Amino acid sequence: MATQHSRAAARLMISPAVLLLLGWMIIPLSMTLYFSFLRYNLLIPGMEEWTGWTNYEFFLTDPAFFAALTNTLLLVGGVLLITIIGGVLLALLLDQPFWGQGIVRILVIAPFFVMPTVSALVWKNMFMNPVNGLFAYFAKFLGLQPFDFLSHAPLFSIILIVAWQWLPFATLILLTALQSLDSEQLEAAEMDGANFLNRFVFIMVPHLARSITVVILIQTIFLLSVFAEILVTTNGGPGYASTNLTYLIYAQSLLQFDVGGGSAGGVVAIILANIVAIFLMRMIGKNLEA
Amino acid sequence: MAFHTRALLSACAMAALCASASAETITIATVNNGDMIRMQGLTKDFTDKNPDIEVKWLTMEENVLRQRVTTDVATKGGQFDVMTIGTYEVPIWGKQGWLVSLNDLPESYDVDDLLPAIRGGLTVDGELYAAPFYGESSMVMYRTDLMEKAGLEMPEAPTWDFIVKAAKAMTDKENEIYGICLRGKAGWGENMAFLTAMSNSFGARWFDMDWNPQFNTPEWKETLTTYLDVMNEAGPPGASSNGFNENLALFQTGKCGMWIDATVAASFVTNPKDSQVADKVGFALAPDNGLGKRSNWLWAWTLAIPAGTQKEAAAKKFIDWATSKEYLELVAAEEGWANVPPGTRTSLYENPEYQKVPFAKMTLDSINSADPNNPTVEPVPYVGVQFVAIPEFQGMATVTGQVFSAALAGSMDADAALAAAQAATEREMKKAGYIK
Amino acid sequence: MARAVSNRRKALVTICAWAVGIAIFFPILWTVLTSFKTEAEAIASPPSFLFFDWTLENYSTVQERSDYFRHFSNSVIISFGSTLLGLLIAIPAAWSMAFVPGKRTKDVLMWMLSTKMLPPVGVLIPIYLLFRDTGLLDTRVGLVMVLTLINLPIIVWMLFTYFREIPGEILEAARMDGAELWSEIIYVLTPMAVPGIASTLLLNIILSWNEAFWTLNLTAVDAAPLTAFIASYSSPEGLFYAKLSAASTMAIAPILIIGWFSQKQLVRGLTFGAVK
Repeated sequence: MATQHSRAAARLMISPAVLLLLGWMIIPLSMTLYFSFLRYNLLIPGMEEWTGWTNYEFFLTDPAFFAALTNTLLLVGGVLLITIIGGVLLALLLDQPFWGQGIVRILVIAPFFVMPTVSALVWKNMFMNPVNGLFAYFAKFLGLQPFDFLSHAPLFSIILIVAWQWLPFATLILLTALQSLDSEQLEAAEMDGANFLNRFVFIMVPHLARSITVVILIQTIFLLSVFAEILVTTNGGPGYASTNLTYLIYAQSLLQFDVGGGSAGGVVAIILANIVAIFLMRMIGKNLEA
Repeated sequence: MAFHTRALLSACAMAALCASASAETITIATVNNGDMIRMQGLTKDFTDKNPDIEVKWLTMEENVLRQRVTTDVATKGGQFDVMTIGTYEVPIWGKQGWLVSLNDLPESYDVDDLLPAIRGGLTVDGELYAAPFYGESSMVMYRTDLMEKAGLEMPEAPTWDFIVKAAKAMTDKENEIYGICLRGKAGWGENMAFLTAMSNSFGARWFDMDWNPQFNTPEWKETLTTYLDVMNEAGPPGASSNGFNENLALFQTGKCGMWIDATVAASFVTNPKDSQVADKVGFALAPDNGLGKRSNWLWAWTLAIPAGTQKEAAAKKFIDWATSKEYLELVAAEEGWANVPPGTRTSLYENPEYQKVPFAKMTLDSINSADPNNPTVEPVPYVGVQFVAIPEFQGMATVTGQVFSAALAGSMDADAALAAAQAATEREMKKAGYIK
Repeated sequence: MARAVSNRRKALVTICAWAVGIAIFFPILWTVLTSFKTEAEAIASPPSFLFFDWTLENYSTVQERSDYFRHFSNSVIISFGSTLLGLLIAIPAAWSMAFVPGKRTKDVLMWMLSTKMLPPVGVLIPIYLLFRDTGLLDTRVGLVMVLTLINLPIIVWMLFTYFREIPGEILEAARMDGAELWSEIIYVLTPMAVPGIASTLLLNIILSWNEAFWTLNLTAVDAAPLTAFIASYSSPEGLFYAKLSAASTMAIAPILIIGWFSQKQLVRGLTFGAVK
């Protein structure tokens, strides 16, 4: 179908995007790579010298590194779990006929439009604060000891905040998928005596599988670099309990201004992200090919 | 066509005219604290006096601002003409040649009027690199009614023993009254500022004369165990995420018996508009242990000019205005003496009007009792009371702050926290080449 | 009979759905309510829900202190600018990937997405230095460029999945009729792709509007958008919940309203090829 002519044209049309992204990737990346082998602290200019693998050694042996790695995975996994389960349930609910569908849908998608910094500030100060927060007030109202979310369950609290922001996204995509489901098929199954659970497992889940993979892919891309929510709420603490890789690199390069160490961390993070990417692509590839 | 050309020409002429008449614009980066917001609000007074200068403001939360200005000054980005920086940055940046010397401020500025403790921290090799906008130390703020109820009397210069005893006596968890509120939130400017200053009064220090970290000493252990003990028994829930603001909100809503923090808080807690306990607050010096050092810090927010700005003259004019005696009078006239930026000038504390402000004397005494050049019981190779003025400090104190915050949250004990702090600090000092 | 059951069921679903909807929306509602309280009332315990002295004081304080409209217009220019520029670059790329797929098309697409995983903090210093040397610091042009590049992979991918579902026969027919490549894109493809393009546009405006790392670090005064506006109200010394709430409400209101009005368009194309 494609002629020689159109192949050339296609290459021409794709090249701006490819070249730009290539430049965007290569220029800072090569600078980062170069910095990662330097002893380079922004606050001590004139001391830059080649140090070989020292920065990598310090970054990889940092006790925080392993914690950050685990936290990153927990954060991504936790948010995915909540948003997908919650998203499916919500989509099933919103798919039913009820009064005020439009308004409820507006209410449900609203968190997606809120800036991450704003939502983190609001959750931290007005809800999770153990003295002035609303949760503490309700706990006291019920005669319970207020739970101190951000110091005793920091990672969980952050997962909760991030999940709140991404739940609408998952819900929307899954809802669209559900609505595209052939209703005759469902009715036929109902006639045949299949109960709701059966219909859900054998008809809806397979139909939703592709949408779920899409949600996983897109959210993972964004969740790997969650940063503002941590900065605003816990500063990665207490200890390293809520430090993820992005935050660790931030601490290195913008709190300690250790550009060398931060760059080494950046390179490590890029490698890890690409491993995740390859893994994801395999999965998506399989699911989207059909 | 002719018309077009003429229109174009006149437009050019207009533009040129406007450009030459138009004001020089300086960009000022500052922190979003009350005193700076007030300064921003009074900009008109400055531009009225200097019609050829226009002022643009960037006002941001402290941490974001610090990161912003540090990146800019270190890369010579040239985004700002006046920067608001703290006493930690000034000596380091001054030594690097990143700041413009302010030794040539006009006679009328009266540089000798600046408080010596504050001025000393801003001078490197005889050059004044930043002008103090407001200065602060830390002190004890306490609820006079609760102290009375507990049957105790706060001395003017309490010891740690008394503070611990009083904190436990004042605590009434049933009614949400916690004897003591201290910083627990991780950060070199949050819990580490407090703990470092506290450790000074216990005879501890960050480094010995050979730059060996000292977290494995008994003095640090005593500091940390005292802190954890009193906070666990008499502190509010969630203390490990409380910084200045969180504690302020707690104190203002009547939930703290005592609060040891920045002297600037005094004007907030005594302001009846925001504080429910405004008329029941007393002040005392930060506690000590009889070792000759108290646990109060010394900090000043200052205005400085980054080297390389094209608008040095205009920037100097602004600094001269914002940190002058006249500015203090201007604020006093507009908002009352209690709202004047404190802690920078001797003349302010000699002013009988200002002496009527309830916390004026305690603030001055606290500032005068801190000595950044001689902060600890035993000698140290560094400058700074609640910080160590070396570039690596931010990073190290961020990590140790995390560890101590985890200890307060209960996820590790004092020994483990100190061992982790020692290991992390040794690591950083090795990496930076101070120790082998 | 069946009708009664379905009505009862509908009522039940209605109650559940509304309860969940309100619960999810509550934090935003609470922020808006708090913005009308005084600072002291904002931290009062027990919290007052509706019965407090409503005040506009916070809004006037915020407006007095920082010029909302300057930040707002910067946000608009940056988010719309970067999205439009992104579409301009992405449409041809996605077109060629969807209709003239080569052996490496999939790989190119995957590679594009993987650039999105680059942690921004890791490359801030290099970018800052580049921007300093090219005079792009604190300019809207600079920010538009960065945000375009950041969102380009998502734009290309969304468009690609949407274009792929357009039957190739239609294009072939057009080609038979002797349509040029460009007219093929403009007259045949684009009209069919409008829903996809519209939702890509909306999603990216939302993402750019809320982007808070680059917009904070590469601006000072002139190009500062609403994310910087928020940063000047978070955590000062003193009480700040009410003023922060007012600033937050002002910052999220425009995008919330755009989002609500266009949610149908947003949803239509937000399938990423997952719905056949």
